[in-house]
Amino acid sequence: MQTLLVANRGEIAVRVLRAARELGLRTVAVCSEADVGALHVRMADTHRVVGPAPATRSYLDEDAVVAAALDAGADAVHPGYGFLSERASFAGKVVGAGLTFVGPSPEAIRLMGDKVLARQTAARAGVPTVPGSDGPVATVEEALEVAGSTGFPVAIKAAAGGGGRGIRVVASAEELREALPRVQGEARSAFGNPEVYLERLVQRARHVEVQVFGDGERFVHLGERECSLQRRRQKVVEEAGAPGLPEAVRERMTGAAVALAAEVGYHGAGTVEFLYDPERAEFHFIEMNTRIQVEHPVTEMVTGRDLVREQLTVAAGDPLSFPQEEVRVQGHALEFRLNAEDPDTGFLPSPGTLARLHLPGGPFVRVDSGSEQGGEVPPFYDSLLAKVVVWGDTRETALARARRALDEVEVEGVATTAPFLRRLADHPGFVAGSYHTTSLEEWMTDSSEAGLARRSA
Amino acid sequence: MPEHTVRSPLPGVFYRRPAPDQPPFAEEGAAVTADQTIGLVEIMKQYAEVKAGADGSLTAFVAEDQSVLGAGDAVATVDVG
Repeated sequence: MQTLLVANRGEIAVRVLRAARELGLRTVAVCSEADVGALHVRMADTHRVVGPAPATRSYLDEDAVVAAALDAGADAVHPGYGFLSERASFAGKVVGAGLTFVGPSPEAIRLMGDKVLARQTAARAGVPTVPGSDGPVATVEEALEVAGSTGFPVAIKAAAGGGGRGIRVVASAEELREALPRVQGEARSAFGNPEVYLERLVQRARHVEVQVFGDGERFVHLGERECSLQRRRQKVVEEAGAPGLPEAVRERMTGAAVALAAEVGYHGAGTVEFLYDPERAEFHFIEMNTRIQVEHPVTEMVTGRDLVREQLTVAAGDPLSFPQEEVRVQGHALEFRLNAEDPDTGFLPSPGTLARLHLPGGPFVRVDSGSEQGGEVPPFYDSLLAKVVVWGDTRETALARARRALDEVEVEGVATTAPFLRRLADHPGFVAGSYHTTSLEEWMTDSSEAGLARRSA
Repeated sequence: MPEHTVRSPLPGVFYRRPAPDQPPFAEEGAAVTADQTIGLVEIMKQYAEVKAGADGSLTAFVAEDQSVLGAGDAVATVDVG
């Protein structure tokens, strides 16, 4: 591997370019016509414009990106997250063009991308799955039988869905009867695959995920992340490790994640997501993401391992650079996603020119961003401006550092979620570390002194 | 007949179809109602529906599918009646 094309934009493109440059690789950026002046383009040795502003016609254009790689003389492609990162067809085209895809095989992407197959694979690896149908359900009669064993409410999920998309929760047999054909129809049009399956709805659950790594022969984990603080199923804050997770559960959960990686002969960085039910101390497999995640820096902060560098060296054919025994978790890390959205208007996106941008710094504060003062926040892509990541020897220290860091954020020209994140950092439920996947939205409707319903002004 | 211009509520990318493999929300020449969705505008991965805004006949789309619009840009025209 000598020349790497980074098939992404924004902070993750910058993150990957940094790792590539540290390895001495030549780098190629891609951009849409709207991003020609962006930071990630300037950081790369060269760049190719792959299409007009809308992502569907540029960053999501598989053939244009592969053509750019060939044209620029790249021998490897890193997809980042989002965009083409979990499209088996894209990975296949990269490999088919004789280039290295920085990620698992197209087969592994396909296997884990199909939620029914992923669930069956997890079960085969001895990983507990949420009680539900063992495969797709075709008819209302089948669905009712499954619901008889899971109870209500039950979730109908699209096999090709994921990340919170293609899910319908029903509370009764009547609702199930009505919703099943509709969800099948929606799944066909949204994902091109009408298959759906049923899962028990675990309430008051936590979203805990395990970072795994494989080189095709050896498989390790790098601990867990707590990602339950979500708004509209989008993560807002992530932590490493998960506060209050019993050590015995942590051991079983990380072991299960490694077993799944081994079952599929996994190559590269992956994340195994679990729903954790604190009352029953049970965890269940949700899905495996076959890419680097937005929140990977919290794992890097507590383990001291550069996950993106490891992606590149493993993709180049090197074995994993460390065995499991050498992975040690030290202290606690938090990541806050600073978005260009206005918390005072229901989080409406706020594109514009960054007339002023001052991001925090200082000891044990890491900021990953693809934005800069004077730059544009285009209306075409996601609203992530920067990730503010802090480390502390304890969670309490990390929280104090997070408050200090968030206080340093100064942005003019676009609205941001900084005031919202700052208030969240003081919320008693967050400070106590006792929350689940619906907590944040509950806190946001709470207009008492402790709640987050008050406007920031 | 008076003509009504449908305008984009937000800046962003205009889509005439709910998904790439689905038929358009509305065809030119079709009868529409005021609260009928005739397209979507995507801004930073959030989607806003574009409503016809008047009962009548959708005479023409001014904005092309997947084109970039500013807030208030014309999307389509409706012959009211």
